[in-house]
Amino acid sequence: MQREPTKSFQDMILALHDFWSAQGCLILQPYDMRMGAGTFHTATTLRALGPEPWNAAFVQPCRRPTDGRYGENPNRLQHYYQYQVILKPSPPDIQDLYLQSLRVIGIDPLKHDIRFVEDDWESPTLGAWGLGWEVWCDGMEVTQFTYFQQMGGFDCKPVAGELTYGLERLAMYIQGVDNVYDLDFNGRGVSYGQVFLENEKQMSKWNFEVAETDALFDLFAKAEAECRNALANEVPIAAYEQAIEASHVFNLLQARGVISVQERASYMGRVRDLARSSCEAYAEKMAPEWAEKYPEWSL
Amino acid sequence: MTDFLLELRSEEIPARMQAGARAELEKLFRREMDAAGVVVGELTVWSTPRRLALIARDLPQATDAVSEEAKGPPEGAPDQAVEGFCRKNGVSRDQLEVRDVKGRATYFAVIEKPGRAVRDLLAEAIPAIIRDFAWPKSMRWGAASMSTESLRWVRPLSGIVALLGDEVVDCEVHGVTSGAVTLGHRFHHSGDVTIGDADDYAVKLRAAHVIVDHEERAAMVREGASKAASEAGLSLVEDEGLVVENAGLTEWPVPLLGRFDEAFLDVPPEVIQLTARVNQKYFVCEDAAGELANAFVCTANIAAEDGGAAIVDGNRKVLAARLSDARFFWELDQKTSLEDHAKKLERITFHEKLGTVADKVERVAKLARWLVEEGIVTDNPLPPAGGGRDLASGSEPSRSGVGSGEPIPTPDPSRRREGELADLAEQAARLCKADLVTEMVGEFPELQGLMGGYYARAEGLPDAVADAICDHYKPVGQGDEVPTAPVTVAVSLADKLDTLSQFFFVGERPSGSRDPFALRRAGIGINTIILERGLRLSFLAALTNEWRQGLDRISGRLVGADEEIWSKIGSLSETQVQELINREVSAAAPDLDAHADTISRIPEIIEFLADRLKIQQREAGVRHDLIDAVFALGDEDDLVRMLARVHALQSFIETEDGANLLAGYKRAANILKKEDWRGAEGEIARTGEEDPLALVDDPDMKAVVDAKMAERHTSEMSYPPEPAEQALMDALADAEPRAASAIEAEDFSAAMAALASLRAPIDRFFEEVTVNAEEENKRAHRLDLLAQFRAAVHKVADFSRIEG
Repeated sequence: MQREPTKSFQDMILALHDFWSAQGCLILQPYDMRMGAGTFHTATTLRALGPEPWNAAFVQPCRRPTDGRYGENPNRLQHYYQYQVILKPSPPDIQDLYLQSLRVIGIDPLKHDIRFVEDDWESPTLGAWGLGWEVWCDGMEVTQFTYFQQMGGFDCKPVAGELTYGLERLAMYIQGVDNVYDLDFNGRGVSYGQVFLENEKQMSKWNFEVAETDALFDLFAKAEAECRNALANEVPIAAYEQAIEASHVFNLLQARGVISVQERASYMGRVRDLARSSCEAYAEKMAPEWAEKYPEWSL
Repeated sequence: MTDFLLELRSEEIPARMQAGARAELEKLFRREMDAAGVVVGELTVWSTPRRLALIARDLPQATDAVSEEAKGPPEGAPDQAVEGFCRKNGVSRDQLEVRDVKGRATYFAVIEKPGRAVRDLLAEAIPAIIRDFAWPKSMRWGAASMSTESLRWVRPLSGIVALLGDEVVDCEVHGVTSGAVTLGHRFHHSGDVTIGDADDYAVKLRAAHVIVDHEERAAMVREGASKAASEAGLSLVEDEGLVVENAGLTEWPVPLLGRFDEAFLDVPPEVIQLTARVNQKYFVCEDAAGELANAFVCTANIAAEDGGAAIVDGNRKVLAARLSDARFFWELDQKTSLEDHAKKLERITFHEKLGTVADKVERVAKLARWLVEEGIVTDNPLPPAGGGRDLASGSEPSRSGVGSGEPIPTPDPSRRREGELADLAEQAARLCKADLVTEMVGEFPELQGLMGGYYARAEGLPDAVADAICDHYKPVGQGDEVPTAPVTVAVSLADKLDTLSQFFFVGERPSGSRDPFALRRAGIGINTIILERGLRLSFLAALTNEWRQGLDRISGRLVGADEEIWSKIGSLSETQVQELINREVSAAAPDLDAHADTISRIPEIIEFLADRLKIQQREAGVRHDLIDAVFALGDEDDLVRMLARVHALQSFIETEDGANLLAGYKRAANILKKEDWRGAEGEIARTGEEDPLALVDDPDMKAVVDAKMAERHTSEMSYPPEPAEQALMDALADAEPRAASAIEAEDFSAAMAALASLRAPIDRFFEEVTVNAEEENKRAHRLDLLAQFRAAVHKVADFSRIEG
């Protein structure tokens, strides 16, 4: 079936799937938890650790409660999609592959100005950093391109290349639409607004006004405790999930405006501690297996 | 002679790092060639986002053979020593030569180093350059990064072109091998570009849509942007930083002009410019009237098929989204008054030992008010031309009005509007930091102050208050505008004095290169404002006042505690009341103790400011030793007066009278030092009292002691003084009070004239009078006379600090 990525949001995603699948990537499905960025998907964070090759692509819904605008802002959403590609080790032609993927979804680099502009990435929460660029298309940031150098406090050996496409932005660009809700979702007249506008309105209200803060504080504490429990029982993937949960609950508390400036740093420290401990525990648990397969490798 | 070309190709190098990288490449290349003995002449170094290139002209084909000699142990030294020497130099024992060194037969090793092909040397140098290359940030990549020992580069290194003449210099670094092949423009050229030699490098790349010379690209951006603006009937707001950045982001720069919705022009122009510049790297334009126009210039990296229409349209949309955000902040911020914004400062820590920003604001408000109420900052347009302005801008010291010794005009004591001015200063100070919690400043920290000014004006606050909020960070550096409006001057000075003194009070003074709170800048700002505006401020008074504020806060807590106690008092027994009071007082006591210590830092702060002054005045030709000489008197904490004194002193010292008086002073001081003569005070020490100095310090006794000493010393005038001696006594009797009253009147040239009148008598005295006379009474009197002379000179400056 012919894809029409310039006319349909879903075709754009499918075209990216086709392309990266052809490059040998696993096409994964979204992680079934609320998270702030595709980088939190275990297919990115945990798989960036260790020596084994790993090539995967997936869509990840992202939740940023404080970015909610009740459906009134044409560019900002509290829920949106990222397209993640993770290539480990980073192939020598990774930039070319990326540019080919842009062509596939209808961006002609002789008509549009594509630029790699310095933008290094750091996530203290994950104990991770990398160097790379934000990729500009006619001045708009459409992709974050990062060579992971560290994850969970460990050197990445080997380094993975991570591509994060902002799907709505790209689609707005390709479809020539100024308002995200006007995007054509399926190429047959269903708009993004029809799918998500009501969701944005209700979720913005819930995030900012309704969510029961005592319950959120309680959830945070429970996630933290459960993370510790999982760590104590040497199931770091389960621990990592609880870290993601705590991170999102913290974001909700932020949106509710119940965390003071002083408390904020402390909460962030707690989330960071959970995420890092989980990554560390995962790396340490897997290290013997990795070292067995790759004798020259060490954590 | 052959030219050498080196190109290091990589994935996009951050624009901001390219200049440093060019310098690094040149430095390392020269280092390697120096070490190899290759003479390097002119070097050309270029950069684009995707490559660093170096061309070395006229390299030799080979280095000359050299023979090096090493001196070894003497003949007959132990075998071990001789063998060790041989090993070290790679020669065998029978190759050693024996030569005579100062009559001793000594082994020499002669090492013949044959000339080497420069091509081979380059093949060794290139990997060394790449491995040693220092980037601000570097990374690993690819399969090789299984090991952390793999090559690090700013972004993945993808190719090396190395040509000596037309031949490839073969080398390999971590799997990247050299060749003659590079790549052209990422989109305008597909396939390889094969370089013939250094000469056709730039030509071939140009044909492949790459302008390799960064300066040429910068010119294209500069001129192209300017042309795009003028074609639209506008003028470009020049920005060299943007020129360089855009040149560093492109290999084929094409400036394009676009328009944005005029409605956005409601937002302050600085905000629009920053949004365009920081987020998008766009230039902005002005119309004929100098007003910001609704246009931007972006720099594309391609010559698009449609002439750039799609690119401009895309960029326009991005800018519109950004400006919508900015306008959203601009409108949102104005829904809250600055006063309410300021309340949120209670939640922002200024420094862990110094409380919140709200605490700081409170101190600044009080200090700003104090500066006005004390008549230090007044409504008068200060100072008159030729006065303080010259002092600060540092024209020739002797020519400035003050420097030549005319009395400094004292500010008009009229306090007609002082009350109003004090209110405005306090109001402005209370609001000056409020914009720190606004959305706009959160987004663009560099707009602090400016946004507060806009918001103040928008809510109808007085212009003087809005201006003060806007400009109170000034002057930010040397050469920055110095506030003139009285309210602004008061707030700016109070803010900086507070920052400086509070950090000193808690022991956070700058050391070496560490100055995390920019206290040096604050100090320079303080001095500049005071001098430019001719403010008559006693640092001691200002700093003591600042210190007292801290005390008030602590005692304020005590008062607060009292109130609480009073409210409970009916139900408490007398003992319980007493206990409560004791508890509250002792709770505050440690604070009080700690606070008492901080006052001892005040002299440190004044000295710190004097040090800044020395540095600031260096360019103006004011001698630092003269500043020391005046400062060392310890009674000068008024910068305007201090500098006037220094200027007068400098003019004087440069005259013949001055130079001779200095010589006379040094001679007198040396004698006094040698004789350990401390004048009257020293005399008392020898009177046999149990603790004679205690008498001097006892205020009740002081008059008595003085009288007694005066009597003793006059009564000791037990011989007819020699004429030269008498002349000096007379001159001192005349000059001393004259100098003192001139200083009092701040007429420093008169004070210098008084000193000058001592020059001839002191010279004559040294010529004709024997100080160390055999008669003790004569000796004592003459030493006293010299001490008196020294004291008279010290009325003006501590001449012992003067160099030369």
